[in-house]
Amino acid sequence: MTEPLLAIRDLSKSFGTVQVLKSIDLSVNRGEVVSVIGPSGSGKTTLLRCVNFLESYDGGSITIDGVEVGYDEGRKPRGERALARMRAETGMVFQSFNLFPHLTAAGNVMLGLIKVRGKSKAEAHEIALHWLDRVGLSHRADALPAELSGGQQQRVGIARAVAMEPKILLLDEITSALDPELVGEVLEVVRGLAAEGMTMLMVTHEIAFARDASSRIVFMDAGTVAAEGPPAEFLATADDHPRLSAFLARFRASHF
Amino acid sequence: MGYDLHFNVIWRNWDKLWGGLLLSLELAVLSIGIGIVIGLTLAVAHVSGNRWVRGAIATYVEAIRNVPLILLVYLVFYGLPQAVDIRYGATTSFVATLSIYAGAYLVEVFRSGLEAIPQGQLDAGRAIGLTPWQRFAHVRLPAMTRITLPALSNTFISLFKDTSVASVIAVPELTWGAQWINLNTFRIVEAYLIATAMYLVTGYVLLFLLRRLERRFRIARHA
Repeated sequence: MTEPLLAIRDLSKSFGTVQVLKSIDLSVNRGEVVSVIGPSGSGKTTLLRCVNFLESYDGGSITIDGVEVGYDEGRKPRGERALARMRAETGMVFQSFNLFPHLTAAGNVMLGLIKVRGKSKAEAHEIALHWLDRVGLSHRADALPAELSGGQQQRVGIARAVAMEPKILLLDEITSALDPELVGEVLEVVRGLAAEGMTMLMVTHEIAFARDASSRIVFMDAGTVAAEGPPAEFLATADDHPRLSAFLARFRASHF
Repeated sequence: MGYDLHFNVIWRNWDKLWGGLLLSLELAVLSIGIGIVIGLTLAVAHVSGNRWVRGAIATYVEAIRNVPLILLVYLVFYGLPQAVDIRYGATTSFVATLSIYAGAYLVEVFRSGLEAIPQGQLDAGRAIGLTPWQRFAHVRLPAMTRITLPALSNTFISLFKDTSVASVIAVPELTWGAQWINLNTFRIVEAYLIATAMYLVTGYVLLFLLRRLERRFRIARHA
């Protein structure tokens, strides 16, 4: 068996006295799309933020391609420059888009290409236009974030992340801040990336999307992985997990 | 009331006022320039420093803001050379004083600007692999500049008016020029009326230009 691209082993993390992640084990293979669902406060977002070390972790390990993310061989925390290099290998898309407000759509995509990947301005611009075209926004390349709709901003956010050619893409509730009619255009882009084999770990509340687009669904509850499996199997056996079936029932009640 | 206005003496001594105005602008530009360096350096130190650093900066800010500018000018020009072996002219002394004064106000402006940047934007900078310095230069600084530009303009206009304090140590700026005309021709009303008009017009022009600059840099171009 080949080593998974992302391997999370026995991961634990506390904020003060509150333990938010309790011995999490999770792996994502190359080309897999894994969705993490669960009630708010279950640690989903924290888990995702640990993968690119936006949050530090206290115990266990996270490796990408066999390399520990936040600590060096001697288990010493990596310096900021080493962390920056590690983070360039993962892409992240945020719930609140977090575009750089002073840069155009193209400028947002270009910044990392120029400063981190060392591309020339012309080269970076070409790559940015390619990815903006992929997310259907080549005609808005010169628009500032404030001039774009939420759905458009989020598509720029996706272009900014994938243009760096990350090994894995982290998606943190990327449709939660969007008006319902704008959700589809963003999910469509994600579906396209999945079809091309982009490895993704996503936290989502879109259960239907998770079912259709993922290779596996993970249910987190109170800082642990309470259930996981391929979507069909996972949803079929939901009744065996009282917490999961309660979560799904609440979800269905509020969405249908 | 028998005061007849005679503006002829003003025009005869126009070089004192015009030269004074140019020097006032020069003093204001130099002071805001140095003040920006002081303010930005200390604001970054404040945001990233420990509580000793923050305490020291807060002391500087409070001390300067609670002392009248004219006293600072006297202290630096007359007091300091008595205490330590140092020699400088009145203009240098004034620029140094006004810069330190401006710096104290600008620390607060820049600090609140830095703190107003949403954490998410900094996270985004980290997520694409920018180093701390790159995040400062390409994410924090540009966002802060746009947030603080209006306050910066107001500070500059204030400093321009504050340059009139330099007249008390005989720096030949605009107010000193008006005083000179008054003392040499006794046309007190004309001299100060014209000087006032010159401050007013210059202030308006500066404000107009700075507001245009702010609009150019606003984050939403047509919001």
